[in-house]
Amino acid sequence: MKILVPVKRVLDYNLKPRVKADGSGIDLANVKQSMNPFDEIAVEEAIRLKEKGIATEVIAVSIGEAKSQETLRTALAMGADRAILVTHDGVAEPLAVAKLLKAIADEEQPGLIILGKQAIDDDSNQTGQMLAALLGWAQGTFASKVEVSGETVNVTREVDGGLETVALKLPAIVTTDLRLNEPRYASLPNIMKAKSKPLATKAPGDYGVDMTPRLTTLNVSEPPKRQAGIKVASVDELVTKLKALGVAA
Amino acid sequence: MKTLVLVEHDNACVKDATLHTVTAAAALGEVHLLVAGQGCAAVADEAAKIAGVAKVHLADDAAYAHQLPENVAPLVVALMADHEAFLASATTTGKNIAPRVAALLDVMQISDIIAVDGPDSFTRPIYAGNAIAKVKTSDKKLVITVRGTAFDKAAASGGSGTVETVPGTGDSGIASFVGAEIAASERPELTSARVIVSGGRGVGSGENYHKIIDPLADKLGAATGASRAAVDAGFVPNDYQVGQTGKIVAPDVYIAVGISGAIQHLAGMKDSKTIIAINKDEDAPIFQVADIGLVGDLFQIVPELTAKL
Ligand SMILES: Cc1cc2nc3c(=O)[nH]c(=O)nc-3n(C[C@H](O)[C@H](O)[C@H](O)COP(=O)(O)OP(=O)(O)OC[C@H]3O[C@@H](n4cnc5c(N)ncnc54)[C@H](O)[C@@H]3O)c2cc1C
Ligand SMILES: Nc1ncnc2c1ncn2[C@@H]1O[C@H](COP(=O)(O)O)[C@@H](O)[C@H]1O
Repeated sequence: MKILVPVKRVLDYNLKPRVKADGSGIDLANVKQSMNPFDEIAVEEAIRLKEKGIATEVIAVSIGEAKSQETLRTALAMGADRAILVTHDGVAEPLAVAKLLKAIADEEQPGLIILGKQAIDDDSNQTGQMLAALLGWAQGTFASKVEVSGETVNVTREVDGGLETVALKLPAIVTTDLRLNEPRYASLPNIMKAKSKPLATKAPGDYGVDMTPRLTTLNVSEPPKRQAGIKVASVDELVTKLKALGVAA
Repeated sequence: MKTLVLVEHDNACVKDATLHTVTAAAALGEVHLLVAGQGCAAVADEAAKIAGVAKVHLADDAAYAHQLPENVAPLVVALMADHEAFLASATTTGKNIAPRVAALLDVMQISDIIAVDGPDSFTRPIYAGNAIAKVKTSDKKLVITVRGTAFDKAAASGGSGTVETVPGTGDSGIASFVGAEIAASERPELTSARVIVSGGRGVGSGENYHKIIDPLADKLGAATGASRAAVDAGFVPNDYQVGQTGKIVAPDVYIAVGISGAIQHLAGMKDSKTIIAINKDEDAPIFQVADIGLVGDLFQIVPELTAKL
């Protein structure tokens, strides 16, 4: 079976975002952008399924500005077989992304689509669930273990109380959590090889998807800053403070 | 406007997260609740007593026993014919179900709101809480998840809602529940605790965690949490993780032990009233947000602190 892996290009997780002075958003000019960390985990999982002989082909997909090509090349260097870039400048909301991914899934007929559980820029945590709804497929979100056997995938999910396992009929949607795997680094030879792997470029219109956002951002601001407090010199002082806070008798 | 709130429960009791979400819903209009589960009539009765609730829709069916989104989302969609807004808590259950509902309604979900600014405008954190966005929707119906720490709890009693049984929408047949490992704990729940003691990589091992962190938490009647590094290293299970991609907490007192203070961790706890940090590195970023800091070796400090409390 084929596996589709949607990957998003986001501000690198090591960087602190800068809010634009005019309140219109985050300044992304000349800052490092990388693959959303959860999507690296998704690519890794797909490649492992191919290495196990369960998947036949891994296709990475990204929706975004032309530079998202770099993110797709990273996926190809990790081991994806080919890539599809749907170029779109401006906001691509999860609902619109899910509609594009549905159209691509209709064309490619994958057995599994593995997404990240959340993009660390908008922190939406929606796209996988929306895509599952649009396709009418089952969903295994926040996965820490994925086991495919025959026509079923068993997904162990990280939930608030601990872990939960669901059995899903294939084709299905999986979204990754942090503990699913540790993504590999692409080796230099593989980075070179990735340059000649196929990368198709499309437009939202090719899939008949209207990208008009439903949400308007009125304003983006910095959160109230927390002031650094005091340092105490001894445990005794800390005990006094805890008593003053009323949490210790 | 008529709102529909998904009640979070274990087929026996209403979870606290729901009370916060009811407060957010009440800011929009009339509050209706949905209790979907199996053998959950007692939950509906409890939910009907929540202050401000007008009506509880009870769907009692084996298909809803484990909150499978493939089954619950169509039920919500059916009820949304008669409601203008659907709200779920931003818990793993709410995050699993709400976007599925949104897509079926062809609506853009507004995730993790921290304020209701108007009937169509909301405030939500983005970039791990490093920026706060105000957004306005043009959709006819609203689908929203609510960050519990940003809204007070509605009173669990005093309400007199009516309970109405609604027919189920069946089993999708594409997903089934296999099993769960839900840790039973005597401690308060992380997301509603008044005091939290969290351990990070500095704690060193699971054994140390239980030797060092647990006794302090016992003394303070606190919940216990952890950084991602401590969870990844296997010191404690995943449900301990506090942060951007774990649990969001805002206790009166948060004690961070051997945690450096990465932005992803701060995202989950920086709204705590008082932050206390114990770290041997005086330059650790956690001290930039801590109200009270103590620099030193946690293996000496924490046992001494526990003994002196
Ligand atoms: C996509 C993504 C999502 C993430 N989500 C989260 C999240 O939700 N929550 C989260 O916490 N992290 C998250 N992280 C990870 C985050 O970036 C940090 O790696 C993590 O928080 C570090 O954990 P730590 O502070 O325990 O470990 P470290 O950064 O290694 O810090 C350990 C600290 O312990 C101190 N220490 C060591 N020994 C002692 C001692 N004997 N006495 C006193 N102090 C000592 C050290 O000085 C140091 O400051 C995420 C990362 C990514 C990429
Ligand atoms: N523009 C995009 N291009 C490709 N994949 C995306 C895009 N936006 C979101 N995704 C996928 O959906 C996941 C969840 O994103 P979100 O719902 O925005 O938090 C991500 O981890 C990606 O796998």
